[in-house]
Amino acid sequence: MKNNIKYLAVLALGLFACEPEFDNPIEENGTYTSGSADFSTYVAVGNSLTAGFMDGTVFRSGQQNSFPNIMAEKFAFAGGGTFTQPSYEDDVNDAGGFLLGGNPLPGFDTRLVIDASQGGPENLNVASTVEVSNLQATAYNNMGVPGAKSFHLGAPGYGNIANLAVGAANPYFVRHATSPNVTVIEDATSLNPTFFTLWIGNNDILSFATSGGTGVDQTGNPNVLSYGFNDITDPGVFAFTYQGLVDALTANGAKGVVATLPDVTSIPYFTTVPYNPIPMDAQTAAFANGAYAQYNGGLQLAAANGLITAAEVAQRTIQFSAGQNAVVIVDEDLTPLTALGIPSYRMATVDDLLILPSSAFIGTLADPTNPASVNGVGVPLADNWVLTATEVQMVRTARTAYNNAIVSIAAANDLAVADMAVKLEELVSGLRTTDGQIYTNNYFDGSSNAISTTVFSLDGVHPNARGYAIVADEFIRVINEKYGADVPRVTAGYYPGVTVVPTN
Amino acid sequence: MKKLLLVLTIAFSASVMYAGGYRVGVQGHKQLAMGHTGVAVVTSAESAFFNPAGLVYLDGKLNVSLGAAAVLSNTSYQNREFGYTSEADNPVGTPFYAYGSYKITDWLSAGIAVYTPYGSRVEWPTDWEGSHLVNNIELSAIFVQPTISIKLSDKLSVGGGPIYVTGAVNFNRNLSRSLTDEEGNRSNVTIDASGINAWGYTVGAMFRPTENINLGFNYRSKIDMNVERGDGTADFENLPGALAPGFADGDFTASLPLPAELTFGASFKPSDKWLIAFDYTRTFWDAYESLDVQFFNAAGLSRNPRNYKNSSIYKIGAQYDATQKVTVRAGFYFDESPIRDGFFAPETPRPDSVNFTAGFSYNLNSRWAIDASVLYVHSNEIENSYDYFVEAGQRTSFGGEYKSNALVAGIGVSYKL
Repeated sequence: MKNNIKYLAVLALGLFACEPEFDNPIEENGTYTSGSADFSTYVAVGNSLTAGFMDGTVFRSGQQNSFPNIMAEKFAFAGGGTFTQPSYEDDVNDAGGFLLGGNPLPGFDTRLVIDASQGGPENLNVASTVEVSNLQATAYNNMGVPGAKSFHLGAPGYGNIANLAVGAANPYFVRHATSPNVTVIEDATSLNPTFFTLWIGNNDILSFATSGGTGVDQTGNPNVLSYGFNDITDPGVFAFTYQGLVDALTANGAKGVVATLPDVTSIPYFTTVPYNPIPMDAQTAAFANGAYAQYNGGLQLAAANGLITAAEVAQRTIQFSAGQNAVVIVDEDLTPLTALGIPSYRMATVDDLLILPSSAFIGTLADPTNPASVNGVGVPLADNWVLTATEVQMVRTARTAYNNAIVSIAAANDLAVADMAVKLEELVSGLRTTDGQIYTNNYFDGSSNAISTTVFSLDGVHPNARGYAIVADEFIRVINEKYGADVPRVTAGYYPGVTVVPTN
Repeated sequence: MKKLLLVLTIAFSASVMYAGGYRVGVQGHKQLAMGHTGVAVVTSAESAFFNPAGLVYLDGKLNVSLGAAAVLSNTSYQNREFGYTSEADNPVGTPFYAYGSYKITDWLSAGIAVYTPYGSRVEWPTDWEGSHLVNNIELSAIFVQPTISIKLSDKLSVGGGPIYVTGAVNFNRNLSRSLTDEEGNRSNVTIDASGINAWGYTVGAMFRPTENINLGFNYRSKIDMNVERGDGTADFENLPGALAPGFADGDFTASLPLPAELTFGASFKPSDKWLIAFDYTRTFWDAYESLDVQFFNAAGLSRNPRNYKNSSIYKIGAQYDATQKVTVRAGFYFDESPIRDGFFAPETPRPDSVNFTAGFSYNLNSRWAIDASVLYVHSNEIENSYDYFVEAGQRTSFGGEYKSNALVAGIGVSYKL
């Protein structure tokens, strides 16, 4: 009996020692596979979107949620190796931004946060500690360089600190370029990638768009050295450059996935401020109309002289009324009537996109002593505040040409294509993830719902961590499909959104 | 006796889980060893729980049974689509019971029963993928039941009594799937309340048509455990500074039903040495519609639909008097889950289970006996989800595969005068 009890006790413990085991435990080797791909050395090449740039900068904790880093965590289930990113160990305040020689580098401020006491986005009020001249000279798996246009990836000297002063270098690349004149793509290929993502070209149109179209459309001009910062890259240059990048990345037989470029109307930077943000009562409208009586009369005169059509007269006539009113803008694509002393003004339409920063500008007084100088009403908005319908079309034309090049080069090289243009387009009407949540491209509106569902960061252009999770998930979906791989997917809902601070 | 009870109450105030929902079926080692049958069994003071009507048929003037058990339970979780794995490594639970019955006259017995039929102790890794539903939970309830048993005839008796319940709850979950403070620590809330009191009752009847056949019936009422304002605390942690003022610590109200249970069954003696028992139990889990917690700050009302359905337990058990000194027992029962598809929340991860029991009594002398039992709870792995977590006005789903098992082992004594 005693022995039996002992035996029973041992049996009981034995039963219990084994935790509940699944019939098919996913922790078992072979559950996930890389298919015909090989994730052992994954290199991500691109711009800010690849770097994990959000809220206007790259900061230490934000970089952890770059889409390539999220993907690498999932690749680890299917043979993925270590994945390195440029070091932000010196970002002790977790604030991003740059110092150069100990002084703040203009244009590279700390990350944006919502200041609850003010109700809007502000740069986090701490000093940046990220020193550009602290050179790391290391090739990383994440070769996303914020601000890079397609042709920058192959530009020698783009990581040379000596070129910063003349605007020919990029401080992000300066920090980790392995030598002053190495190119981004050379550093990337030096790692001998077995797998890559390539998402480049956004800045070839985006800097034109975010500047309100102040640059020049360089279509037909292959000389990139003559380009201004806000210009649209010639699609011929883009296609040639892109082919070169793909050739370099696939030289050793690496497989990969390339991504298309989203439309400006998928991005809150261009969709948050409505064309008609100005409320007026009848009295105010009448007062505002008075100031444009002479201008409207001038249009009639120009039409009578056959200088402009009746349609253009209608387009340019400024007429406020009670209710919501469109802003008045300067549009350089209107027929010049400067000879008659008539400026190129018109009211914005639903096809014009006011850029995000205009929300803080419209309604202010150009001349604090003159109540009639309301920006957007009495004083028309300058070109840099608005991407006009014509400029939107310029961006779209270039984007379509770029995307055609991306898709055809991918097809010729048998690469997967992540159609981010389509994926981000889904945000316009609402993108539903498998858990049932619905995400949109709305800018953070301060509501408690938005804390859980906003996917764009406060710069209005870049996704936040949650948005990058959606991007990573789409890349993985495409990879699984193209290469017969089985890599776990990503739940966007677990990733953080906006940072709200009580005061700043 | 009173002192002993007090000690037990303190030592085992954290009671525990296993059986459908948060029901814990460990109400006597003799009966647990027989598949937790007992509504038609007259063996010991354990009848005070299983069917108070049976007490009056006990031999002897005084019957006492005391016992406790250790519950070791684990639940594994995995989600293949996303590569998530997790394991609830639950703290050991310790249900206990203490029953006493005194025969006042031939037709009347009075007794007292103290037992722990409901509880739950589930501990997932903090901040696991389901942490917006639960990080950890501990429910306990101690039932105290004064009992009388009246013999109407040699063939029919009735019994019952009021039940006083004192309960406690401690529950922690993260506030959402992504909210953190400035350092990245997940925002969470712990609700804690103890000394929650409520009343219920139990009634039973027993019919003995022949020497060798017993029929029994028992009903235990639903008891609502209500946490009123001021009974407990809600402790909000790791809120970002901008939100913290809205989520001040405070109190809360909540209600958790301990559902009614109806059992009927039969036992018969095919020979002198054998006793075989069958019980059927219906648990009225439909009382558990929703776990609603009302906070008095920006968290507001947390509505967590449960929508449980009534469920059945089918039990069979046998005992055999092997020698003068030793009685051995074994049993089996099938325990239906009250949880509907789409309502499978990881704070009570209880699928259907098959349960194997065994045990023995060793008679030290004519008065004292040692009772021991073991129970192994096996559940098949299931794939299910909880689809009612509301985030930003949208219902979101959390699911995957779950697999649970539990082992209960316990020992007790019984005394007969």
